[in-house]
Amino acid sequence: MSEMAAEQITADGRRIGPVVMEMKNITLRFGGVVAIQDISFDIREGEIRAIIGPNGAGKSSMLNVISGFYVPSEGEVWYKGARRPAMKPYMVARQGIARTFQNIALFEGMSVLDNVMTGRLTRMNSSMWSQALWKGRAEAEEVANREIAEKVIDFLEIQHIRKTPVARLPYGLKKRVELARALAAEPTILLLDEPMAGMNVEEKEDMSRFILDVNDEFGTTIALIEHDMGVVMDLSDRVVVMDYGKKIGDGTPDEVRNNQAVIDAYLGVAHD
Amino acid sequence: MIYREAGDFSTTYQQDSQTFPIRFDRYRYYAILAVAFLLVPFFINDYWANAILLPFLIYAIAAIGLNILVGYCGQVSLGTGGFMAVGAYACYKLMTSFPDVNIFFHVILAGFVTAGVGVIFGLPSLRIKGFYLAVATLAAQFFLVWMFNKFGWFYNYSASGQINAPERSVFGIVVTGPNTHAWATYLFCLVFCVGAALIARNLTRGTMGRTWMAIRDMDIAAEIIGVNPLKAKMTAFAVSSFFVGVAGALFFSVYLGAVEVTEAFGIQKSFIVLFMIIIGGMGSIFGSFAGAAFIVLLPVFLKNVLVGGFGWATDVAAHLELMILGGLIITFLILEPHGLAAFWKTIKEKLRLWPFPH
Repeated sequence: MSEMAAEQITADGRRIGPVVMEMKNITLRFGGVVAIQDISFDIREGEIRAIIGPNGAGKSSMLNVISGFYVPSEGEVWYKGARRPAMKPYMVARQGIARTFQNIALFEGMSVLDNVMTGRLTRMNSSMWSQALWKGRAEAEEVANREIAEKVIDFLEIQHIRKTPVARLPYGLKKRVELARALAAEPTILLLDEPMAGMNVEEKEDMSRFILDVNDEFGTTIALIEHDMGVVMDLSDRVVVMDYGKKIGDGTPDEVRNNQAVIDAYLGVAHD
Repeated sequence: MIYREAGDFSTTYQQDSQTFPIRFDRYRYYAILAVAFLLVPFFINDYWANAILLPFLIYAIAAIGLNILVGYCGQVSLGTGGFMAVGAYACYKLMTSFPDVNIFFHVILAGFVTAGVGVIFGLPSLRIKGFYLAVATLAAQFFLVWMFNKFGWFYNYSASGQINAPERSVFGIVVTGPNTHAWATYLFCLVFCVGAALIARNLTRGTMGRTWMAIRDMDIAAEIIGVNPLKAKMTAFAVSSFFVGVAGALFFSVYLGAVEVTEAFGIQKSFIVLFMIIIGGMGSIFGSFAGAAFIVLLPVFLKNVLVGGFGWATDVAAHLELMILGGLIITFLILEPHGLAAFWKTIKEKLRLWPFPH
């Protein structure tokens, strides 16, 4: 376990902690289709870990395995030094793993504030009786969690749309609200599924800044999937490259960039 | 001008999340409460109580209950009539088995019994959604009505198969049975109605309401952020059935006095309460009241206009009433699909700026 305790310092001087999550020989099958084949990698505390790969490589499936949405057919997920048994997604969320979705999965009928507050649901456990009377624990809890939600709202600069119904917001802001909801849970690991999909350059810059700030200020470990190579290489500390369900590369952005298998996967290779 | 919120600031989160954050709304609410509790009881007569106020209050409670399930948690139910019957029969059995206990507690206990039954019939909601769930709850409706007809124990083996509310009183004032006063029954129902509205509002503005709405809007995302779908749906069924059961108990004991289950709690009840929340507004406590008022008041109003105003024959008027009511509902839903609550909201937004909209 000496490796786990080791603290790494990256090229630009960022401190990366011990391993917090480790995927061991994960295989995921849907009937005859093998979505993920024998993949192992780890996520270290405080790092930004990217998973990249061409379309259909199995990235989203991987994220779904981490967030407990899929149970791997083979292999083990280790979290905080213990093997994670198969559990329902809501239990995984309670262990401190939050995520956003590729196609925004906000609660459209609720206001931005209520959406962010749902991120706090796992921390709120006043009884139904107390809530029915809006007295005692329920009220105190509401206020305490509202303060945290408001901090996240401030942090992501969405104060002005706090009370707006989510359905009325433009795409870019919805993405930010979704990030706010995930952040409100104060997760140990934050999973981002294509946080910049469908954004213009300016919005991408904003989002990149928020991701870096989150990682910096709260020390949140982040695992993300992204297609924009420039963004990935700039943001992440380490990158896993997947292709056809297999891992073809793992390392710092520079190492990955010069990896022949990765270059072949992205640029194609002549078959003769 | 009419509707002013300038200079009305919230300085704490408590103030911001209260039921009526705008002072004007708050005062209007107190005024309505004062009129309802202090003024109406002095002017009420039997006609007003039996034709308008009692059904309005009782249906409002049922609509609040159904709105929690359908409007807030997104689980469609067509079993409201059956659950009201559970409340009524539970209340009857309690009243006859424990005559010394106050009727007030019987009504509440009847609500808890219904909550338990609602949870049992809500279990299918874990696997099925939408129309299919509606069909499953429809089965509950028919099963419950059949059960109350089939087993004599429920109606104490009375020859007629009916249940009759014995005379019971609260603080020495008779509220059930044949010798009641209009003001007493009215106040009794009003207390339950206001209580139901307050509890429903408190539940829906806090943690529980957000859990329900998360399940309604996107159940997969709800689960990913840590909502236990089993718990969320079962609490919604329990709370919803509780209110529906209380409504059923009041409907039987205070309003009708004698009930034959197929007639009083048939499938039509389920539809009427569902119409109320569709017309009033899904996911809104105010909408439940508005919808109940619409469905209860409109026939009375039409009857007064057609028979009283135009002097038409009663049977002609009765048929026309149904046609006009149906036509109005359709017109209304086309013009404002989100119900009276949304309509009211639009008016409020306009009034905020009136008379200087720019």
